[in-house]
Amino acid sequence: MRPPRAELYAGRAFLVVLMLITIMPFISIFTTALYPSGTVPSGLAWPADPQWGNFIEAFNVANMSVLLGSSTFIVVAVVPVALVMATMAGFAIGLLRIPGSRVLFLLFVLGLTLPFEGIVVPLYFLEQQMGILNTRFAIVLPLIGLYMPFAVFWMRAHFVNMPAEVSDAARADGATTWDLFWRIHVPLARPAIASLGILMSVWTWNQFLLALVLVEDPLQRTMAGALGAFQGHYATDIPLLCAGTVLILLPTLLVFVVFQRQVIAALLGGAVRG
Amino acid sequence: MSTGTRRQDAPLSASGLSRLAWLRGDGVVGWLFVLPALVMYAIFVLQPLALTIWYSLYRWDGFGVATWVGFRNYVTVLTVPDLLETIFNAFRLAVFFSVVPVGLGLVVANVIHRVASGALGTLSRTVLFLPQVIPLVAAGIIWGWLLALSGLVNEILAAVGLRSLTRAWLGDFGTALPAVGIIGIWVLLGFCTVLLLTGMSKIDPALYESARLDGAGWFTELRAITVPLLRQEIVVCLTVTVIAALAAFDIVYIATGGGPGHATAVPGIQIYILAFVERQVGLASALAVMLTLLVLAIVVPLQWFSRERV
Repeated sequence: MRPPRAELYAGRAFLVVLMLITIMPFISIFTTALYPSGTVPSGLAWPADPQWGNFIEAFNVANMSVLLGSSTFIVVAVVPVALVMATMAGFAIGLLRIPGSRVLFLLFVLGLTLPFEGIVVPLYFLEQQMGILNTRFAIVLPLIGLYMPFAVFWMRAHFVNMPAEVSDAARADGATTWDLFWRIHVPLARPAIASLGILMSVWTWNQFLLALVLVEDPLQRTMAGALGAFQGHYATDIPLLCAGTVLILLPTLLVFVVFQRQVIAALLGGAVRG
Repeated sequence: MSTGTRRQDAPLSASGLSRLAWLRGDGVVGWLFVLPALVMYAIFVLQPLALTIWYSLYRWDGFGVATWVGFRNYVTVLTVPDLLETIFNAFRLAVFFSVVPVGLGLVVANVIHRVASGALGTLSRTVLFLPQVIPLVAAGIIWGWLLALSGLVNEILAAVGLRSLTRAWLGDFGTALPAVGIIGIWVLLGFCTVLLLTGMSKIDPALYESARLDGAGWFTELRAITVPLLRQEIVVCLTVTVIAALAAFDIVYIATGGGPGHATAVPGIQIYILAFVERQVGLASALAVMLTLLVLAIVVPLQWFSRERV
């Protein structure tokens, strides 16, 4: 049974307006990015003489190729390692139920709501001692640690729901624990691992606080960290700042549009389980 | 399992045998599986967490000798108005980050559910979700420009004859915090909407059918069916958004830096300034401990609430 016609139109109009409001900021920075560098543009109006060159200038000024490399390096260094560690731990806690797994699980859960601000200050001094401050590892290593509570929680939730028959059958065939893990359960866990991978990639790419505090050189940071520095330098040149922001947003938006379903499902799943 | 039975069968060599079985079995191997995750977690999370508590009991500039001050840093946070204000600001921000996206999200999800089951519904989900995917830093920069004196918001106000209202929204003592709040709404509304919508699609359509046969409008439907059955999803939305508000950093740092004055200073910003600008490491750590506890104090009861009733 459909709602009354008047409500149908009113509701749809409401959604269209809401979408326009949501999308307006993106349109605004895009048109602003096309105004002559150094001017103070106005609102949404399309510039009389669009300066497509601004994007090239921003690309060069922000050293975008180095930035992309740096962010990619950090994501590639964090995500696979964190995935392997969390999958193994989730397997041992959720499926093997090793002695002490309850305590271990609680220990990890303890970190689930920890705000990064809660540990960033000692992290700075610890990394100073370790000699990794101002290197990309200053971001990589703590991120792996900080993802563990959520990632282990997530993988445990997967393994806890695996029927025991799967493991029993493999055991009866003489599989070692490693075989059981690597040949049987990792392939079965692929969807859970993939979602977790998407989540951690997005979080790493967008990580700002750790990059800001632990790495001085913007070229060694994550994308978000570099964007923060870019804003610091070009806060007064609004068209150039907007052009840089558009460029930095582009990879994220492209990935989102292509992998929409998976990204939305992963982010929501992450919230529900967390 | 096998260790248990063996222990009963051969009491004399019980400890040796079970130990052997344990070594061969899942015990040690299992712990090896957990070890890498545990080590990274211990070194880069538990250790600094303990250090934060430790630092919070000292006065230290980050270089020289630290002086033991007991709980005096905590007293300072609770008595110096500028520091205490950051905690109040976090709660003010939570009203925008949390109450509005969850409340409005319920309405929007309900509208999509009722009148836009097809392509429009899919499109609006995607579009509303977009701000959730971009870095918060980018959200801060975008809105920093929109809310600036010559930005889009003022332009629209002027166009509809409200030029008298125009101002630098993020630079004005009275409007800076709500302006930051609006950025949060923009970021979080889509997330809440999509999550609530997913929950709604699991509700038995027959419930809505019969409600509509009884002539229920959208509001009755929302109040009588949707909200009670979506308690768990609502709690999840509240948890995520409250944490986003209390632990806010990126948006505030980029959009206002905590200003003007202390109008938008939240604990995250204040910790950063205290530790890395003013070099008051102990005081920063005390505030960090309080923020961590505050988040727990809000999240744990919320979780209890959702588990108990469902």
